[in-house]
Amino acid sequence: MSPAELFSLPFMQRALIAALFTGLAAPAIGTYLVQRRLALMGDGIGHVAVTGVAIGLLTGWSPTWTAVLVAAAGAIAIEVIRERGHTNGDVALALLFYGGLAGGVLLTGIGGQSASRLQEYLFGSLLTIGISDVIVTMVLATVVVVVALGLAPQLFAVSHDREFARVAGLDVRVYNLLVAVLAAVTVTVAMRTVGLLLVSALMVVPVATAQQVSRSFRATLVGAMVLGLVASVGGLALAAVASYRVNVAPGPSIVLLALAMFAVTWPVGVWLRHRSRRVAPFADEPLGHEVSDDHDHREHDHGPDCGHLAVPHDDHVDYVHDGHRHAKHGAHYDEH
Amino acid sequence: MRLSPVEVSDGAVAIGGRPVLRGIDLTVAPGEFLALMGPNGSGKSTLVRAMTGLRPLSRGQVTLFGTPLAEFRDWRRVGFVPQRSSAESGVPASVWETVSAGRLTRRRLLRPLGAADRRAITSALELVGLADRARDGVGTLSGGQQQRVLIARALAGEPELFLLDEPTAGVDALNQRALADALRGLKDLGATVVLVAHELGPIAPLVDRAVVMRDGRIEHDGELREQDLSHHDHHHRRAGAGAHALRVSAPLDGLAGGPAEGRRP
Repeated sequence: MSPAELFSLPFMQRALIAALFTGLAAPAIGTYLVQRRLALMGDGIGHVAVTGVAIGLLTGWSPTWTAVLVAAAGAIAIEVIRERGHTNGDVALALLFYGGLAGGVLLTGIGGQSASRLQEYLFGSLLTIGISDVIVTMVLATVVVVVALGLAPQLFAVSHDREFARVAGLDVRVYNLLVAVLAAVTVTVAMRTVGLLLVSALMVVPVATAQQVSRSFRATLVGAMVLGLVASVGGLALAAVASYRVNVAPGPSIVLLALAMFAVTWPVGVWLRHRSRRVAPFADEPLGHEVSDDHDHREHDHGPDCGHLAVPHDDHVDYVHDGHRHAKHGAHYDEH
Repeated sequence: MRLSPVEVSDGAVAIGGRPVLRGIDLTVAPGEFLALMGPNGSGKSTLVRAMTGLRPLSRGQVTLFGTPLAEFRDWRRVGFVPQRSSAESGVPASVWETVSAGRLTRRRLLRPLGAADRRAITSALELVGLADRARDGVGTLSGGQQQRVLIARALAGEPELFLLDEPTAGVDALNQRALADALRGLKDLGATVVLVAHELGPIAPLVDRAVVMRDGRIEHDGELREQDLSHHDHHHRRAGAGAHALRVSAPLDGLAGGPAEGRRP
């Protein structure tokens, strides 16, 4: 079977559609989680959602919907614990995470389901996505993206500076809970493609990649969505092509592709940050008047085209060369 | 007669059962530039946070523009400048984006920035002297510049009352002048300003009224006294270098001759 034939198979097309929507939605909400330094929250919600899936498998209800409900309840619990600001909040979160995972595995066993059935949800699965799953994925992912982009000004303000947002009259708690519930929905949406244990990577890694090169929130958000789309669809295609020879779950290939993009972008980010530090204006330190006399400037006049690094310093420009910072002062140069 | 922008009557705040503020009676007149001063721990930041509702009163009442705080919804009339947070946000934000958050008091949900919003953001950036840095990341700015970004954010909402919590903390002498220029801009607009400051430095000439706090009570309310300037200077010398690790240099250092001395013509 050629790759063209493979991608024309209905189950493959369903998987591609699910990956496309997931790839857009996960980084969109992930950006807000990273912004409020909750990069691992998606991971925690994923663990809690395992119990939700197990409840679905045990009772015969749709695992997608039980996972949405349990994950949302878990996300709200995490947010409430966080808001209360308990000193050991992270320990409380850890209890919730491991309780969710252990409960899920236990319930699956009680239900007489094999571990491989649960594994489809933990690491993603190409073959098991039905048409109703695709529709649910499309609808929920669209809701996440529309809210994440439509309410971007409010969500940005609340995540960026909680106190300012409150005094601006925004209901900070409602917006925080909204982000938590959207994150839970995203986790559930992504569990059929990336899987519950790796979904957090698709929420966080594209954001980390995008902010290597971006200076603004909007660029980070949009860039992360594009990168998430590429990683998600590309990783799924890789898994499908590789499945001729070995059994590859799509989750790991999607995450590894996202990480590869980060690895490629990271040196660019290091270089950009290095460059911006070099040309960052010198601090407003008190200026002395020390005439540079250790070497001659008659041969060389500093200027815009002299080739030396020009760095703004207060109301003038310093030229950096050989460890000196020279500022023109009348006929001579000052050491700054 | 115009209503007082902010009025505190018999205000008290307890944090964790400990009374931090008590017996606070303060009425700020429209257009007034009021400095809340006092040593660390005197309750001046708590008082300005109580005015915003961030710190609930255990007793008494705060009234904003004649409306009790609990019923106050007209937040577009208030511009709050919080203490510059030490922790940077996890995702970069540009100066423009940060300042545009100030327009949220006037924007409806799901509406893009309008022409009036853009004008307000631009003029706020111009007033604090950062118009040329609009596209830069806030993280690349110096502490004093970041503080001016936060002032511009409050300014963008075109409020009538500004509440500033220690805008001068950790800002070096030269940047304090730029900060003072930005605050003078607010004053010239006719806004009411309540500003918490440990030290006034170049802001001192702007102050119409000084309220000096001590141990959670108002110790002095009126003209800015010479001793309020010198007292804090003295306090610092006695406290030693380690007591205020954040401070880079005393703002008053730059006052005597001005920082321009000894620089290029």
